[in-house]
Parts: sequence; structure tokens; C-alpha cells
Amino acid sequence: MITINNFVKVKTLAEAYQLNQKRTNVVIGGFMWLKMGNRKIQNAIDLSGLGLNKIEETDDEFRIGSMCTLRDLELHEGLNNECQGALKEAVYHIVGVQFRNGATVGGSIYGRYGFSDVLTCLMVLDCYVELFKGGIISLKEFAKKKYDNDILVRILIKKDSRKVSYQSQRNAKMDFPLIAVAVAKKKNNIFVAVGARPMKAKLIQKSGCLSEQNPSQEEIAEFADWAKGQFSYGSNMRASKEYREYLAYVYIKRGVKEVLKDDH
Amino acid sequence: MIIKLWVNDKKITDEIDGDAILLDFLRDHGCYSVKRGCETSNCGLCTVLMDSKLVLSCSTLVARADGKHVITLEGLQEEAKEFGGFLADQGAEQCGFCSPGLVISVLTMVKELKNPSDREISEYLSGNLCRCSGYMGQLRAIKRYLNQKGAQKNEIS
Repeated sequence: MITINNFVKVKTLAEAYQLNQKRTNVVIGGFMWLKMGNRKIQNAIDLSGLGLNKIEETDDEFRIGSMCTLRDLELHEGLNNECQGALKEAVYHIVGVQFRNGATVGGSIYGRYGFSDVLTCLMVLDCYVELFKGGIISLKEFAKKKYDNDILVRILIKKDSRKVSYQSQRNAKMDFPLIAVAVAKKKNNIFVAVGARPMKAKLIQKSGCLSEQNPSQEEIAEFADWAKGQFSYGSNMRASKEYREYLAYVYIKRGVKEVLKDDH
Repeated sequence: MIIKLWVNDKKITDEIDGDAILLDFLRDHGCYSVKRGCETSNCGLCTVLMDSKLVLSCSTLVARADGKHVITLEGLQEEAKEFGGFLADQGAEQCGFCSPGLVISVLTMVKELKNPSDREISEYLSGNLCRCSGYMGQLRAIKRYLNQKGAQKNEIS
């Protein structure tokens, strides 16, 4: 059970940062996952008064406030045009509309959860996180970082016209994914992120790995086999290590085919 | 802390604890349509509208509703009555425990989706579980309701 002594709707990021330096104070995000825990919180830090619930589009990037909901990601036309609907696909299967209206992007990314669809999908984009103290760092780097007391302000996605595909598999509609695979292609670079292994998503990148012109099915299968071997897998109640590894191979292969589709 | 919010257009000012949950607050204020189900954000029984968006009241702090308008099924009785008739006609009520959450979601879906297909309806309502597994009856009722409103792509089969 979770208990909260004070709910503090902060007026500035500096106030949020200062409060967050104490271990008993917590930024509550959407509160969807946090509420499931067992914790005594002295001050629940609420960022909802800071205008971070907007997705701004500029000529070269999307700036997603950390308090945007997963539903905001799902419904944002510009964002989904940029990644050919991959972000929508990544969040669409997460419980239901009500849940996605509550869960925040900041909470999903800050948590760096092993089961995260959002983290896996964003990783193959040219994506950065803006931290109050830590400045702007790549999502790949952020995912590797230990938890600290900084405040995640925004997610930044650069527009670089990469082609993206996202796929996941679940044992039941509303369950966590038992594997999540995102693939992207930019020029001759292929990016692959695999999440829910059940460890948190990790990104690999390879250049010039497939023929420029019409790579054969064998080439694609060979790449998928190599790529799946770059990740470690584990077993839990949802799936075995071996099953996950095999699924990763299948979805990487499908993802690569998807991102190559309009090239030839 | 002191908060002020509107529940079904009635202004309420109250003193609450920092960890007070909207579900408990609404029931304490007489909104018994809001049901306590899984309390793990999965079943949709506690669904209400907060500033016109569907939210899970079991996972929403009351403090977050400060200054906002919350609508429960008690505030949508006319619209609910109409759709409820379709549910009854299809025998889709069964135990009725999930009905308040389902009805409020369907009424919101009608406003958000234009001409939804069966699949879009099912996807939109995937956060509303029915312990009697009466999904087919519910889908029939929803399709007939939409059809009457002239808002569905497919013919009713």
C-alpha cells in the first residue's frame, strides 16, 4: 500500500528538483504504476502545473512534455506520421483508453521498466531526454543510467525521416509484452531495440549490413539472426528465455522487411 | 489540503488527505455508480470523466482533480438511459457490475470515434472488463445503438 503525507503541486522545476533530492519525496508522474507499490511518501511531487502536458512540433523536432499521456502520443498526428504509426502501435495495446489517459510518457521513460513498450519504440528514433540538471542526453545513454534525483522535463525526437516498425507479443490483450521489438532504418543504418526480454530495452545499430539494392530473404534472415544474438534474454512467468529469443528473431526479421518495404 | 472541484456540475469544496483516491471521494459524495473492481488500473469499473477525458478513479489522486470537472454516470442519466435500453434488449447487462464503467466509456467513444468498425469499438473498450464475459451481447447493443444514431460503418449482422 502506498501512503502520501503531502501532495505538492510544484510551481517551478527548481522547486520540484529541490524536493526530489530527499529520498522520501517522489515525482508521481501519472501515478498508475507507483500506486501499485508499497511505499511511504512524504511529499508527492506533482508536475502537472508546469505546462509539460504538450507536444510541440518544430521544423526539426518534437518536444514532448514529460506529463503528456500515452494517449497524447497515440493521437498526435504529426508524431505518428513521422514514425509511420509505430508509436501508436507501441501504446495502443497498453490496457485501455482510461489507462492511457492517465499514464505519462515521463513516468514510462523515467522508470526504464523492463516491460516498457514506449522505451523500446522511442529507442530506435533519434531520441533524447531533457533533464533539469543533467541537460540533454540521448535516450540510449539515459536508459543505461542509474536512477538519480534529477527531473525528466521533456522527450525530444529529432525529425530525420527514418523508417520505423514496432511489434510486440502478449499472452493476453492487457498483459505486459513478453517481447517488444522496434526496428528503424536511416539510409544504410539499421537500428534494432528489443525490450521485455524481460530486461529493459537495449539498442543496437549496424551500418551497411544489408545490400543497398533489394536484399535477399536470406540476407535479412542472417541479419535478424545476428541481431537477436546481440541481446540477452531471461525467463519469467510469461515466457522462457528460449521462446523470447526465437520471437526476437522473428520480429526483427519482420521489422526489417517492414522498414525496407518502400525502398524497392 | 483543501480542494475545490465540480462533481456532476455540483461544486464541492473539501479537505482531503494527500493520498485520497478519487474513487473513494466520489463514493463518499454519493456517486455509487463508481465501482471498486480490481484497483490495479485494469478493469475499468471505476471509469469516470475528468475534464471530458476517461480516467480510472481508482488510480487518480483526488488532489489531481482540484479545479476540474468530474462526471460520473449519475451526471449522464439521460444519455445512459437510452443506451441502457439497448443493453437490456440484448441481454447484455448480466450482473450489471461493469455497466456504469462501460456505459460512460461508450458514451465518450461515440463522441470521439467517427463511424467506428467492430474492431475499433472492441479496441476502444478494451479497458472495460466484464466478469460475466458478456462481450458479444455488449457489442450487439453498442452496434444497434450506433446504428440508431447513424454512426457505424458496418451493417448489423
